[in-house]
This record gives sequence, structure tokens and C-alpha cells, in this order.
Amino acid sequence: MDIIVSNVLVLVGIAFAAAIILYLVSQKFNVEENPKIGEVESFLPGANCGACGKAGCHNFAESCVKASEEEFKNMYCPVGGAEVMKKVSNALGYAAVEKEPAVAVLKCNGTCENAPAKIHFDGISICRLADKISVGQTGCPDGCLRLGDCVKVCKFGALSINPETGLPTVDEEKCTSCSACVNICPRHLFEIRPKGKNGQRVYVACSNKQKGAIARKNCKVACIGCMKCTKICPSIKVENNLSYIPPEVSAAEFGEELVKNCPTGAIIMTKNSQSQNEDNNG
Amino acid sequence: MAKKKTFPIGGIHPDKHKITSDKPIVDAGLPEIVYIPVKQHIGSPAKIIVQKGDKVKAGTLLADADGIVSADVFSSVSGEVIKVEEVEGEFGYLESMITIKVEGDEFASSIDLSPDLIKDIPYEPQEIIEKIRSAGIVGMGGAGYPTPIKTSVPEGKKIDTLILNGIECEPWLTADDRLMIEKAEEIIVGAKIINKVLGIQNAIIAVDENKPEAIEILSKLTKTYVGVNVQVCKTKYPQGGEKQLIKAITGREVPSGRLPMDAGCIVQNVGTVFAIYEAVQKNKPLFERIVTVSGDECQNPQNFRVRVGTPASFLIEKCGGITENTNQVIFGGPMMGTSAVNINAPITKLTSGILLLSEELSRKLEETDCIRCGKCVDACPVGLRPFLIAQYTRNNMIDELKGINVLDCIECGSCAYICPAHIPLLDYCKIGKMEVKKTKK
Repeated sequence: MDIIVSNVLVLVGIAFAAAIILYLVSQKFNVEENPKIGEVESFLPGANCGACGKAGCHNFAESCVKASEEEFKNMYCPVGGAEVMKKVSNALGYAAVEKEPAVAVLKCNGTCENAPAKIHFDGISICRLADKISVGQTGCPDGCLRLGDCVKVCKFGALSINPETGLPTVDEEKCTSCSACVNICPRHLFEIRPKGKNGQRVYVACSNKQKGAIARKNCKVACIGCMKCTKICPSIKVENNLSYIPPEVSAAEFGEELVKNCPTGAIIMTKNSQSQNEDNNG
Repeated sequence: MAKKKTFPIGGIHPDKHKITSDKPIVDAGLPEIVYIPVKQHIGSPAKIIVQKGDKVKAGTLLADADGIVSADVFSSVSGEVIKVEEVEGEFGYLESMITIKVEGDEFASSIDLSPDLIKDIPYEPQEIIEKIRSAGIVGMGGAGYPTPIKTSVPEGKKIDTLILNGIECEPWLTADDRLMIEKAEEIIVGAKIINKVLGIQNAIIAVDENKPEAIEILSKLTKTYVGVNVQVCKTKYPQGGEKQLIKAITGREVPSGRLPMDAGCIVQNVGTVFAIYEAVQKNKPLFERIVTVSGDECQNPQNFRVRVGTPASFLIEKCGGITENTNQVIFGGPMMGTSAVNINAPITKLTSGILLLSEELSRKLEETDCIRCGKCVDACPVGLRPFLIAQYTRNNMIDELKGINVLDCIECGSCAYICPAHIPLLDYCKIGKMEVKKTKK
């Protein structure tokens, strides 16, 4: 019995002494932190994805608190979007920064059907390496390699390889436009574009810079740089046999005409979300 | 004979498959069309100086070296330039090439075509370097580093040993082996030429012990040449790696991230040395090389003397064509070569072999989990930890990759060869290197 009592007393004594030491040390090395940083951080998504250009969410919160009103205008968390930024700006007392919601789009439509595989690739399934050692299964030097580096890098589960087309598909609901896929793709096939009104976007789903005849050999829906689209909308530019539709071009105004007039079908327009729902129901 | 040497750490012993080592070099003949790439070396592509419709002879300059790290490109045949544009290359990507339609077989008048051996070297070192430069010679072992840079030693560095690399540690390939047997004396004179440039009297021809014929011929001949010696090496892959060879021969270590010059050595492939001999003594630019066509699906394996630009398919046809069971066509050796996407791609200055492999030898084995057996660590000739590199690369840990010196990897593939779990360690090392290099920019 005595042993138990003495043991308990000794342990309590050690615990008490340690607590005093810890208290003194924490007083001595205390770092004052602006409480606002913690507050701002609590609003952020906490994914630490780096889409804002900072090292992580805490770093972003720190920069927001330190920033002057002018600097704060350049701060934006694309993952949290307008909602989060509103909370952040309220907490800091600045005007809210607003940006149009954006989404990643794949600038390649070389599906299994449009660009049938010519080569059997049985190396390691990493696009970055496959890009170095071969042109890829389709024969298109700028097309999707279908090995899914983008799927692996996406922290939000917004990307998946569609087994029918062989291409990655973007889940618009989950995509936070963090640009991770844009940076990882060795062929730079992703672009962050504004979601557009009612989810309507028009863009060139091709990145092939070869001459038209060569490009078409490998892929039915390659952009051949025929310049037809530039006549419909003068702000469209064709460079290196490849057309680029700037995000400002209104899908509602030009979209249907562009899609109709593209001889190869390289221009794609997403349906607006309402009609998409109807399609699904019907 | 002196003791056989080898490098101390790592290395593997793959099956040799040197089935063509007793086949004499035969002339491959002329194809109808050749495609000559303007970039057959490390560095910037050469600038094209011919136009469509120009008549050229074998030895005519087609493209001029652009800058210091670059090399001239010469026509390998006589005929008419029919296209100067991009043609699909080995990997399926478009590459800038000069397409020539072959007509007859004329050589440029400056080339000495007589088969006589010229032993005297009347030229000054500067003249020799100039001759090497204007012959477009690059390292023919595979890296393709322009030779003039390698032979001109910057001030303050002291070179005392020239090593001729006749190791040829890759399985199947026998191009260097045959060259040493048939052109032994030329190679020795070539070594003397480089010695004169470097101002030294010490050249060592390193040969693997699995080439007895070459060893015999070379040791007999070197007795009459002062300063040139043969060193037999124990067979081990990758002994042909520059740093491994220096360690094996001299016992010196080339520091991480430095050049062989820092260890007082210069290593030249025997093929390059032969090209130097031809350039200096015969005025012949580099437009021919020895290529081994082999593999278990090759019906008639042979060693060819091939004009640069000859489509690989032409050589494959000469050896009986592609059989039904051919699963892979490899440019280069099986360990470090690349699987070709387009077999019409041309032979370049750097192509040492064409291999036709069956599925049994080339199939991808299913990857399982690492069991931490450490075989890859034992096999790595540089002393790296490939399993750790793979792990860090998978998780994108760049700083950690830098910490374990991933950039010292020579991409020999020993780790992937030995791995019992069939993990593509080499691929991970390559990606790891790519990622680390990206952050340096």
C-alpha cells in the first residue's frame, strides 16, 4: 500500500514540476500572432493545394492579413470561390474580390473513336515519361496520352479517365480550377476557362500544331487551321495551324455558328446546364 | 598480363547474347532514300545550308554546326536533295531532316579512299582539333557529345590518361568488338592522334574479357606502339559508363556533378577514335558507322557498315525482315536503348544497334510491392538507393530527391533489371531527375 501511495505522490510531483517548466518556457518563447490569421484560415477550404500561388492555406491567410487594401485585390482563393472570399473580406473589412468561377477544360478530343490507337504502349503509366519516349498511341504529338497524370494529381477528385473515350473528363461540380492539372500535363492540354453563362463555353478541343493534312491523318477532329472561325468572330486567332478562341468570345452569340462551320468538328460547345438536365431526364 | 580490373560497387551480369561477335562487318549497301537528321548530337541542331534540288556527294556538308556545342552534318550518299523539312523520327515526333534520293555512289574529291594505313601524324594539335571539328565527330558511344570540346582541355586542368572505351557492356551489341578486330591498327593510330593533341604518352585500351579475339589482336599490335596498352576488364554491366570505367582503370573517382577531366582522364569510345583516325588521316567526315542488327527474332543477325541516314527498315529487311513474333524493335542496346515507334527512322551517328525482340524477352512484367530486399542498392553502380528514389518520385518529394543525389543516376537500368518485384525503377529515376532539373531552372 505504501508503495502505491509513494508512487502516486512522486508522479504527481513530477507532473507538477513539468507543468511549471512548460508554462515558463511557453511564456518566454511566446510568438504573438495576429488572431485574424486564424480567423481567416478557418474560412479557407484547408486543401493546401497552392492554387492561390501561396504555399498553403495558412500562408494565404497570413498574406491576406498583411496585405494592404490595394494588394488584397490580387488575393483570390479559386477553390473557395466568391463565397469564401466574401467571408475573408468581411473579416478584414475590405471590399470583396470577385472573379468569375472557372473550370478546367481539356483541349483535346482525340477519343478512341476519333484517334484510334496505332501503337501499343506497355511502358510505365506516367504521361511525363511517355511523352519523352514516344509520340503516344494515337500518333498525335500534341494529343492526350491517356495515361492519367492529371487524374493522379487532382486533389478534389474532379478528373477521371472515361473508359469509352480514353480521355480524362472534368467534373464541373468538383473542379475548383486550382491549375494542378494545367501544370502537370506534359503537353499542356488543360486550360482554366470561365464557366460561362449557364455553363455555356465554346473552345477549340485540339492542341495539334502540325499542318492540317498531317494532323488529320492521326485524328478526325484535329484543328487544321483553316481560318473559317476567324471570319465568324474576328477576335479568334490562328497561330501555328491552331485556332484559339479567347475566353471573352460569347458562347451564346457565336457558339452555335462556330460549331456548325468548323469543317473538322474541332470546336466544341458545352450545353448549358439547364438543357443538360433535361437531356438526362429524357 | 596484368590483373583484370572492374569497378568496385554495384553492377549486374545480364545474359550476353553476343551472337554476332564472329560475323565480319559487311557493307549494308545503299538504300534508295536516306533521311539525315540535323541533330545527331547533344546541343543545338546544325543549321541547314543546302536547298531542295541541290546535288550532293558523299562527304558534302549539309548542315553547319550552330555554336560550340553542336556538330557538322554531312551527306552520306551522292544524289539529289528532295526534301528539307520535318520527317517522322524514331519516337514518332517530327524531326528536322534532309531527305536525299540516292543516285550512283560518288565521294567528295578530298576524301582519301585508299585502304592504306597512314601512321605518320604530321599535324599540329590545333590542326588536328580543327580537322575533328570539320568532320562533325561526336561521341559515338551513345551520348553524342561533340568530340572537339572533349579533346580540347581548358587551361588549369591536367590530363594524364586517355582511355579508349572498348567495353561494349550492353548485351547483343558487337559493333565495337568487330571494329577492334578488323580496324585494330587504325584505332591505335587514332589513340596516338588524341595523345598528340593532349600532349601525353599514355593511352589505355579497355576491353571486356568476353572479347578474346579483340584482346589478342590488340595486345599483339600494341607491343610495337609506345604508350598504348591494353587493359582487360572483368565483364560487368555497366562497365562502359564513363565514370565506372575511370574508376575501374585508374581507381580514381569522378566527383559528383563533375567531368572525367576533373579526374585527369579522357574517355573516348573506340568507334569515335576510329572516326578521328579517318577524319585526320583520310579527310573523311563522319557519315558511316558500324551497326549490329540482332535479337532473338532476327533471322540473320549481322554487323553492318552503314551510311548515316539509312532507314532502319532497310537493314531489317537485309536480315530477313520483321517476323510475326517480333514484339519490339529497339534502337541501341537492350538496357539503355529506346523502343522505336517508327522503324523507318534513320540510323544516326549514335545508333549502335537495331534489335528485334520477341515477346518473351521484351514483355512488361507485372509490378508488385517493394519488399525492401535491397537488391537495387547492391546493383546501383553509383551507390544510390533506387527504391527510395521511386518512393520519393511517386510522392513528388523534390527536396528529398535532391538530398539523395538523384542527378548522379546514369540511367543504366541495373536496378530495374535486378528488381524481383518488377518495379520500373529506372522510369522513376528518370522522372525524379526531370522534376529536380525543373526546379533548378
